[in-house]
Amino acid sequence: MQKIEFLPRRTFLAHLVSSSAFLIGARAGVLDFTGATTGELVSDADKAAWNPNVYLGIEPDGRVILIMHRSEMGTGSRSVLPMVLAEELDADWKRVKLEQAIGDPKYGSQNTDGSCSIRDFYDAFREAGATARLMLERAAAAKWGVPAAECAVANHFVVHAASKRKLGFGELALLAKQQPVPKKEELKFKSPADYRYVGKDLPTADRDSLINGTGSFGIDASMPGMVHASIERSPVFGGKLKSFDDKEAKTVKGVLQTVTIPDLSGPTMFQPLGGVAVIANSTWAAAKGREKLKVEWSASPNAGYDSAKFKQTLLETVRQPQKVVRNVGDVDAAFARAAQTHEAEYYAPHLAHAPMEPVAAVAEYKDGRVVCHANTQNPQAVQDTVAQALGIDKKNVECHVTLLGGGFGRKSKPDYVAEAALLSKAVGKPVKVTWSREDDIRFDYYHTVAAMYLKAAIGDRGKPTAWLQRVAYPSIGTTFNPAATHAEAFEMMMGWNDVPFDIPNHRAENGPAKNHVRIGWLRSVANIYQAFAVHSFLDELAQLAKRDSLEYLLDVLGAPRIVKLDKDYINHGKSQDQYPLDIGRMRNVIDLAATQSGWAKKKPVAGRALGIAAHRSFLTYVAVAVEVEVDQRGQVTIPRMDIAVDAGTIINPDRVRSQFEGAGVFGASIALMSGITAKNGIIEQSNFHDYRVARINEAPRQVNVHVVKSTAPPAGVGEPGVPPVIPAICNAIAAATGKRIRELPIGRQLI
Amino acid sequence: MIQLTVNGQKRQFDGDPEMPLLWYLREELQYTGTKYGCGQGLCGACTVHVNGQAVRSCQTPMSGAAGQSITTIEGLSATASHPVQQAWRNHDVPQCGYCQSGQIMQAAALLKDKPKPTDAEIDAAMKGNICRCGTYQRIRAAIKEASGQAVKGAR
Repeated sequence: MQKIEFLPRRTFLAHLVSSSAFLIGARAGVLDFTGATTGELVSDADKAAWNPNVYLGIEPDGRVILIMHRSEMGTGSRSVLPMVLAEELDADWKRVKLEQAIGDPKYGSQNTDGSCSIRDFYDAFREAGATARLMLERAAAAKWGVPAAECAVANHFVVHAASKRKLGFGELALLAKQQPVPKKEELKFKSPADYRYVGKDLPTADRDSLINGTGSFGIDASMPGMVHASIERSPVFGGKLKSFDDKEAKTVKGVLQTVTIPDLSGPTMFQPLGGVAVIANSTWAAAKGREKLKVEWSASPNAGYDSAKFKQTLLETVRQPQKVVRNVGDVDAAFARAAQTHEAEYYAPHLAHAPMEPVAAVAEYKDGRVVCHANTQNPQAVQDTVAQALGIDKKNVECHVTLLGGGFGRKSKPDYVAEAALLSKAVGKPVKVTWSREDDIRFDYYHTVAAMYLKAAIGDRGKPTAWLQRVAYPSIGTTFNPAATHAEAFEMMMGWNDVPFDIPNHRAENGPAKNHVRIGWLRSVANIYQAFAVHSFLDELAQLAKRDSLEYLLDVLGAPRIVKLDKDYINHGKSQDQYPLDIGRMRNVIDLAATQSGWAKKKPVAGRALGIAAHRSFLTYVAVAVEVEVDQRGQVTIPRMDIAVDAGTIINPDRVRSQFEGAGVFGASIALMSGITAKNGIIEQSNFHDYRVARINEAPRQVNVHVVKSTAPPAGVGEPGVPPVIPAICNAIAAATGKRIRELPIGRQLI
Repeated sequence: MIQLTVNGQKRQFDGDPEMPLLWYLREELQYTGTKYGCGQGLCGACTVHVNGQAVRSCQTPMSGAAGQSITTIEGLSATASHPVQQAWRNHDVPQCGYCQSGQIMQAAALLKDKPKPTDAEIDAAMKGNICRCGTYQRIRAAIKEASGQAVKGAR
C-alpha cells in the first residue's frame, strides 16, 4: 500500500515551498466516503497507480514545511497529523510550518470526514517522516565520508557522534535531494520510548489566531473587487423558479443586479438548489435586497411532505418484515417458542448540522478558470462540483481551503461554492456567497429521519434468546441516486449489521423509505438513531429483568472474544484482521466508564440516576456513563458524564479529550432538544430559537474523558463519542423516572 | 454622518444607518474577528464591547453606534494578552474557534462586572454564546482561571 517517491517540484506547490526545497511525497490507501454511495468504498490506492498525498518540504533555511491536505474544522487534524510526521523526522517543532493544501487529487482523499484523518494517514505520515530522516542521514554521511549507520538525526540536526560533527536540516536539504529514495523496508521508525511529540498534549496549531481574532475562515475570505450575493431558494425541495420581480430589490442602495441560478436537475449530488441571487456591494445590502424580491415557485412533488405523517409511514414500514441485512440463527423459531417477548418502537427526527459558521465561499471565474476560497471539508469535491456546474475541466478549478467554523459533514457538500462560481461567471467579478443562518437551517442536507422496531425473546434471567431489529429511513444514497430506496451498506455498517451481542438468534432488517428533502451525513451519521434504538432497547430489557443495567449489558455482550462480522461488512474499509470487533476492548471501556462514574456506589433514586451505553463506531470503542437529574417539572440536567475511549494509538491526548468533551455536548443537544420538522414540504425551523442546541447552562456540566492507552492501530475520534451519549442519557432518565424515551428529542416529554 | 470610535480610532460612516455594526466592522474595517452566526442576537458570535459592555453587534444598527466607543477582539489587548485570552490559551479552549471571539468578549465583560463570578454567574452571563463544538467546560474553567479562582479538573 505504501510507496514513497521523490517528487519533482510541482507548480501547484509553488506558493507553498521554494524551488530549492527538498520534498517528499508518500501515499496511502484511503477511503472516499462519497464513494460509498455506490455501495462500496473505493480505495485510492486502487484508483491510481501513483498517488502521492502527503508533502513535506525542507527549506535551505531549515524550516520544515508540512503541507496539510486535510481541512481543520475543530477536530484537530491540522494540529495532530503534523505531530506524526515531525516525530519520525525528529524535527524541531518550533521550526515546523504548516501550509494548507489546495484541492488536488494528487494528495489522495482530502475529504475530511468519517473520522479518518489519523486512521488513514498515520502510516503515510510516519513513512514520509522516516524517509526524509533517512535521506538526511545518508546525505550527511556522504558529505562526511562516514557510514550512514553512524549518523543519526537529533532535533533538526544530523549528528555524527564519533567525530562530534553535526549539520542542520537546512544545510542538508539540497544534498538530501540528491539521495535516492529509500525502500520502505529500509525505513527505521522511532521507538515509542523516544517520542517527543506523539502522545503529548501539544497546543493546537491555530490556537493563537483563534484567540486574537485573526484566524481566517471561509466567511472572512475576500478577493479584490468582489461583490456579495444573497440567494432566494424554493422553500420546498424540488420547487422550480416560475417567475420573479426584482424591481423593488433593485431600489435598495448597494444592490447591483439579480442573477438566476438554474433549477437543480438530475441527482441532487452537490449541485446548487437554484434560485434568484441578489448581487450587491455588501452582505447587508444583498440580504436587504433579497427581502424585497417577489418570487413564485412551481409546485414540487415534495410539497406534501409532513414529517409528523411521515413518522407514521416509517413506523408502519418497520412493523412489517423487511430486507434482511444480517442473520444469525433462527429468530422466528425462537420467538415462536419463547414464553415471553418484548417489543418497542423508536423514532428520531431530522437534524440540521448548524455549524457556527454557515457555509461561505468566494469565487472568481476568469478566462475559463475558477479560483475560490471556501470553508470546505472536501476541496476535491469543490473542484468536481464547480467544474460540472460551469462546464470546465476540474483542473481549472483552484480551491483554497480556509479554516472551517465547524463542519459536522455539512461542509463536505460544496453546493455553495458552485453558487459563487456560477454567479461570478454571470457578473464578471469575484462573488462572495454567505449563507444566512436561516438559509443554513432551511436548506441543509438534513440528517435523516428514522424509525426502528425491536423485539426480543426473553430467556433465563431476562437475557434475550432472540433479537430482531428493523429500521427504515430515507438514505443518504438518495442524494446521489433518486431511485435509491434502502440504506446503503455504509449506513448499515454504522451500528446496525454489527451489533455485537452474544445472542444466539439475531436478525437485522432494513425497510424502504423515500426522501423529501436533501439527505446528508452528520457527525456520526446512521450511528445516531441506530445506536439510540439498540442501546435503549437493551436497557429496557435490563429493566424488565430487574437487573442492574451495567451487569446486564456486560452479560449480553458476553465473554471477551472477536466477533466475526459478515465478509462484506465494510469496517470503514479496514480488514477485520487489522481492526477486529473485539469484545474485550468493549468490556474494558465499559468497566472504565462505570468505575470512574462511581456506578457501584451511586444507586438510582427518584429524579437522579446513572445510565450507561457502549458503542463501537469509526473503529473506536466508547462507553458513556451519564448522571442525570430530572426535577419536579420534568426538566433534565446532566451534572456529569464519564466517557471511556479506546481509539487505539493516540497522537495528542488533549485533542482526543476535547473531541469527546464536545461529543458529550453534541449528543446532549440531540437527546434533549434538537429536531427539524417539515410541513407542506417547508422546514419549520429557521434559527437557534427554534432549532435548539445546548447552551452552557444546558450542556453536561462536567464531561470526564478517560482515554485507554493502546498500541492498536489508530481509529476515529471526531465522531464516535456522539452515538452512545444519546442512549446513555435516555437510560439514565429511565432509571431516574421510570419513563422510557422512545422518541427524540426528549423536549417536553417529561413535563 | 455617523461618528464612532473603534478600537481607539475615530471613524466616520455615511452609509445605511440601519446596517448592523457587525457588517460595518467586518466589511468596511476588515475587523473579521467579529463573527456572523445568526443575525438575530441568538448565538453571541458577534459580541463586541460598546463602552465596555458586551453587545451583539448584529443587533446594533449603525445609528445606535453613533458616538459610542467600540472594542472588537482585535482591540481587546495589543498582544492578545488579556487575562481571558491567556486563560483561553492555557486551556486550549478553541476547537473550530469560530465562536471564540464572541465568547472571549463576553467573558471579558463579565469579569469587569464580576471579578470573581460563581458557576451560576458564569452560566448566566455566557448562555447567550453558543459553541457548537461544545467547549463549554473549558470556557468555564478558563473564566475561573482568568478570575484567579481555583479551577476544578484543570489539566
